[in-house]
Amino acid sequence: MSALASTTPERGSAAWARARAQRLKLLKNVGIAALIVATLAVMLFPFYWMVLTSLRSQVDNVSRIPVWFFTPTWANYRNVIARNDFLEFTWNSFVIAGLSTFFGLVLGLPAAYSIARFKQDGLALAILIARLTPYITYLVPWYLAFRALGLIDTYVALTLTHLIVGMPLIVWIMISFFENVPQDLEEAAFVDGATRIGAFWRVILPLSAPGIVAASILAFIFSWNQFLFSLVLSGPNTRPVPVAVFNFISYGQIDFGGLGAAAVLITLPVIILTLVIQRWIVTGLTMGAVKG
Amino acid sequence: MKSVSAFLDRNARFIFPLPAILAILVLIVAPVLANFVLSLYDFFVGGSPVFIGVENYQRAFSDARVWNGIRNTFYFTFTAVPLQLALGIAIAVLFNRDFPGKGLARTAILLPMVATPVAIALIWALMFNPSLGVLNYFVESLGLPRSLWVAQSNLAIPSLVLVDTWQWSPMIALILLAAMQSVPAEHYEAARIDGASGWQSFWFITIPSIRSAIVVALILRAVDALKTFDIIYVITEGGPGIASETLNVLAFKTGFQFFHAGYAATLLIFLMFTVLGIAVLLNAIRRRV
Repeated sequence: MSALASTTPERGSAAWARARAQRLKLLKNVGIAALIVATLAVMLFPFYWMVLTSLRSQVDNVSRIPVWFFTPTWANYRNVIARNDFLEFTWNSFVIAGLSTFFGLVLGLPAAYSIARFKQDGLALAILIARLTPYITYLVPWYLAFRALGLIDTYVALTLTHLIVGMPLIVWIMISFFENVPQDLEEAAFVDGATRIGAFWRVILPLSAPGIVAASILAFIFSWNQFLFSLVLSGPNTRPVPVAVFNFISYGQIDFGGLGAAAVLITLPVIILTLVIQRWIVTGLTMGAVKG
Repeated sequence: MKSVSAFLDRNARFIFPLPAILAILVLIVAPVLANFVLSLYDFFVGGSPVFIGVENYQRAFSDARVWNGIRNTFYFTFTAVPLQLALGIAIAVLFNRDFPGKGLARTAILLPMVATPVAIALIWALMFNPSLGVLNYFVESLGLPRSLWVAQSNLAIPSLVLVDTWQWSPMIALILLAAMQSVPAEHYEAARIDGASGWQSFWFITIPSIRSAIVVALILRAVDALKTFDIIYVITEGGPGIASETLNVLAFKTGFQFFHAGYAATLLIFLMFTVLGIAVLLNAIRRRV
């Protein structure tokens, strides 16, 4: 900066070259800052627009020229919550995501421990293949089976199917956690007379608590977001929020504000949970291919 | 009691994973096998199945709608994934430096991939709205003609690619960013001393060091793009007409709108082999790089 402030140095001199290099560097930094801001603007704009839409009146929402400044109204949120049994749908989502995460842990934690301790790579691969196979492949037979058993529109069917979303995530995240628990600790427990199940329950699991929390939250988010299984297997008694909101656009007129409010209400819990475990999101999405 | 726990301890390697293995057998392996059986029957949900051998397969091969679905699936995937890779690399390079608010910025780009897909699809559907959507407002502000976006046959898939790219480029960026941060700083230092330009050190140091991460990102994205359902079904339901109907969406409609379970199973077998085949192919490439 001092070079810029002083009198212009003679062209070609060392001082001139320094000033020039500094100006170029400044220009480059401004350019980079602009690109970063632009990237963030593009990534966040749909969320910003979602919130604006949810707070605008219907008149402002159907204006041909977007209304950027307005007095926010809570009417859309009140309407969505009142008219669409939104709380009931939210409860359904909580029950399904909660139960499928719980059973995902019950089945997934011992499996992950076993894969980590006994080097069962084949099992790990089988679970990875389950993650890669299109979910819809399972859906036609599931539908026929659940229909025959009278389980369509029950928490049982939705919990079982959402298990397939959460359990592989839990297993893959926990494998690396369990691998990092020193085997000495476990052997010390054995020397003290602990059984393997006892050591797993009292030594391994408590030491892996942070991983279990992250894996549970991820499994919960993925179940919360799941649309396809719920679309086919849920009904009036078990409909979770994503399906309820999808139905909301299929019927009736386009209520922009209502859609915006519903979209905000579904997304909000996910965003809050994401902030808690952000380090683990990419690990989860890539099935452990990338460490957080 | 003692013998029970001794038995459990001796066989821990079988007993610990057993519940998960049973769940996989019942919930995943059985349905996949069931699809093979179903595909040999003419079977509508609620009707009685009639064995027809390979007729469903013959029908699928001569079904123009199936070919349309295959074409759309590949068109969507092979436009979206390279675009996302290019943008993902660009974002990773951009974010691979210290700047104020770096942590917040990385959190911000996580949001598109974790937000509920139905909610995202709804908001994009509103933004695409030809008469009231904000995208046309932006387009017009730039002096370009208004567009029908997803409402126009030949723009439906490119518009969906736009949504998918917005949603998933950040994931590629974050995968590559993790890889870039493990490249030793000395390599760049050495290149700088040797007089390499920024572009040269990107091309000859960064890219070779992260190439396995690039392939991993490609595999994950290609596999997920091939089976994209939520945003396509919510925004266009495969329309207008069947202009954006992918194999996935067609199989869904065949099974759950036309209730033709046998034919749907045939299409699902096809989709499954396509996805797993591409995963295996890309994985073979990964071993070579």
